[in-house]
Amino acid sequence: MTDTSLIEPDVLERVLSTALQAGGDMAEVFAEDGVTSGAVLDDRRIEELSSGRSRGAGIRVVDGETTGFAHTADLTETGLLAAARAAAAVAKEGGDHVRTVALGPLADHDRGQRTVPNTVEKARKLELLTRADDAARSAGDAITQVQVGVGDSRRRVLIANSEGLFAQDDQIRTRFNVQCVANGDTGMQTGYESLARTEGFEIFDRHRVEDIAHTAAARALAKLNARPAPSGEVPIVLAGGSGGILFHEACGHGLEADHILKDASVYTGQVGQLVASPLVTLVDDGTVLGEWGNFAVDDEGNPPARNVLIENGVLTDYMWDWLRGRKEGRKSSGNGRRQSYHHLPMVRMTNTYLLAGTEDPDEIIAQTPHGVYVKKLGGGQVNTATGDFVFGTTEAYLIENGRITEPLRDANLIGNGPEVLRRIDAVATDFDMTPGTCGKDGQSVPVGCGQATLRITGVTLGGTA
Amino acid sequence: MSDDLLALATSVVERAQSGESLEVYVTRGTDTEVRAYEGEVESLTSADSSGVGIRVLLDGDAPDAEAVGSRVGFAWAGSLDPDVIAATLADARDNARFATPDPYVVFAAPDGVAAVDLDLWDDGVASTPIEKKVEMAVQLECATRSADPRVRQVSSADYSDSRTEVALASTTGISSSRRRTSAFLSVDAIAGEGADTQTGAGFSVGRGPGELIADEAMDDAVLRATRMLGAQKAPSGRCTVVFDPRVVSTLIGVVSSALSGEAVVKGRSFFDGRLGETVAASAVTLVDDPTDARAFGAASHDGEGLACRRNVLISDGVLRMFVYDTVSARRAGTSSTGSAVRGGFAGTPGAGCRALVLSPGDAGAEEILAMVGEGLYVQSVSGIHSGVNPVSGDFSVGAEGLMIRGGSLAEPIREITVASTLQRMLQSVVAIGGDLRWLPGAAAGQTLAIADMQLSGE
Repeated sequence: MTDTSLIEPDVLERVLSTALQAGGDMAEVFAEDGVTSGAVLDDRRIEELSSGRSRGAGIRVVDGETTGFAHTADLTETGLLAAARAAAAVAKEGGDHVRTVALGPLADHDRGQRTVPNTVEKARKLELLTRADDAARSAGDAITQVQVGVGDSRRRVLIANSEGLFAQDDQIRTRFNVQCVANGDTGMQTGYESLARTEGFEIFDRHRVEDIAHTAAARALAKLNARPAPSGEVPIVLAGGSGGILFHEACGHGLEADHILKDASVYTGQVGQLVASPLVTLVDDGTVLGEWGNFAVDDEGNPPARNVLIENGVLTDYMWDWLRGRKEGRKSSGNGRRQSYHHLPMVRMTNTYLLAGTEDPDEIIAQTPHGVYVKKLGGGQVNTATGDFVFGTTEAYLIENGRITEPLRDANLIGNGPEVLRRIDAVATDFDMTPGTCGKDGQSVPVGCGQATLRITGVTLGGTA
Repeated sequence: MSDDLLALATSVVERAQSGESLEVYVTRGTDTEVRAYEGEVESLTSADSSGVGIRVLLDGDAPDAEAVGSRVGFAWAGSLDPDVIAATLADARDNARFATPDPYVVFAAPDGVAAVDLDLWDDGVASTPIEKKVEMAVQLECATRSADPRVRQVSSADYSDSRTEVALASTTGISSSRRRTSAFLSVDAIAGEGADTQTGAGFSVGRGPGELIADEAMDDAVLRATRMLGAQKAPSGRCTVVFDPRVVSTLIGVVSSALSGEAVVKGRSFFDGRLGETVAASAVTLVDDPTDARAFGAASHDGEGLACRRNVLISDGVLRMFVYDTVSARRAGTSSTGSAVRGGFAGTPGAGCRALVLSPGDAGAEEILAMVGEGLYVQSVSGIHSGVNPVSGDFSVGAEGLMIRGGSLAEPIREITVASTLQRMLQSVVAIGGDLRWLPGAAAGQTLAIADMQLSGE
């Protein structure tokens, strides 16, 4: 399966020619062959193993400002031609154009040694689940429920367009997650931890599932004694690797060119302006090998890049896909992504991270007389047009007199992107990344987020105390 | 129309080998989506898709069984191609071998409850020409843009519809098929005044394009965006919060995840052990009724092919029951409430609600505001998935809306959170509106007032 092409080049050329028969500026075939497998242990039982397969192609035709799109699970020439004609229905010109499409050489990428998921015995994956379950339950009698999941996917993509682009990628991803419930006098609390890499089963040679389980269990246990989080504006110290989601929401989405070109972002027209504290240098980088948002080509066939978005507080550039880049007469920045062949690509983040600073993380805490230390953030959400965003804590503590003291119950933080970015007054050296799933316009894609320990002088914390 | 799908599902079920049970879910659908921008079509998507999900259950008394109980495995594919279905069946069989034997695991079997005949299909989805659908999206975009001089941008204006057919068959006697259509108009407006920018979303939903009311979507989006202009943070403090019907629909959906019998039997619900107890204010009666055709989530059959039925979960504030699928019901020593839900062909059944309705009161929204007098009106919330925990009940969400002063809506407020616990919120319901709206998702909504919530701002 590895060596056979999803669709032969001559078929692609004929399909692309057909797609442009009624006019149009660009036609593209995005073919995908995905297999996934997963297993869940819950309530001490291996409850379910699942396998999935999805194979098909999405075809788009761009004519001026209009995009036509159709997809099919039928990868024969007949199936592809039918989808091409459906996508071409938007072409305004009509008529019968003869367009010869010639593809360039196939851009392929050596991804190095990886363990292909279906070569791993199922029993080996299941052993990880029971090991994690045992580890989580041994963390304390108060742990009353444990759910463990392991999953992997292989996604082979092939992209060809009428400009001659011809590229493919073979993406392997592996994830492992543990959720614990702890039960105490004040009710139940949950703790969650995950590992997710754009790599194969070999990640478990380097990562012990027991450690993931212990982290999840400790998180749930700590919160059993937690007091309600404070209400109102407080200084926040975010632990390294805990909260890259902050930048993902506070400015990442707002720097996506589709929002910018529709004037639906607070960052529209701000290139060259100071939009953050000078301590902020923010990068989106799909090239970081193994990170959750890594790939060899994006879902439009373009290679990823290390794109500096904010440098020392000054906005340097936005993120671009093919369509939005074309409007501004520039190339894609390697940020054209889609959930599957059922979807149109749009501008998406990859691995978005703040470069490390120079301070000692312990020193930042020690120099915070009063505030909240956020050890782990959950998800978030942003309104790009207003810049207002929220992100939730899943492990947080009070800081009193420069020391971490009592644990706090979960709460959301709310802030305004540009304001919060200006209030970052310390960045440490302890950089780390975390995986996440980013949702936009109904599509989910894997992304990475990263940052070192940092302090924000004031954010509104939505507790009840 | 779904007969050929049911025949396909049945033909796969007939391949069951001795010692195994099979359940086969097949689906087919057509989706159309039009996005308009600046008077033109930005994108037009039209596509068919299909898929299969197969569960294999190796019977506990099979010769190779090592322990008491059955083992289940699952596989899915985004295709109804015969070769793909055969490979999927083989995958599911292999997966089943590795599950832990479980005496509670069985497939649903007909339970004698007759399914209600629901007509959820509107031929208008198929018969309306694409040109008309395009026109609806473009007109919505143009009308919203010119509805108010303060509307600076319309970032998206979409028409979308879908036709979905599902068939489910099993060796345990399940044989059901259903079909449904839906159509949406939605629009996002951005209003501006000076440097201030605010947004508002509006939509209209129906079974077909003929039921859609473009003005409803437009008016909602424009009102929500423009009335937020000039919004500021508010001082922190405790107050009564009045929630908009759309927010209430979301809140009920969150509460319902703790009413899932599956969450209860696995010790993940704050309602565990509270059956028969008062868990909410006495005005609260919460019913899940998928047999009501007006509900967006209406369905004749559940995700295991059993008849959907009306379930009264909370009545007069007292917790009456949980919703169950077949397996969680057996674990709890009861029977399925016809409440299996599954996320399409790629998902397996779990217990959940589809068509929740909080019994409406008599008061309209204005009367409720007058009654509350002083407080906060919340028109939208954010961070539901990051700030609400249905296991612990902790609740903290971002919010925007307007202050309530002297019984009327006053100045707009943004960048605040409202917080409490779900347990306390249910007990603190002080008014339930009569303005019930049938909304997309698993719950209808109406205006709702909850006392003593924590507002966090300055």
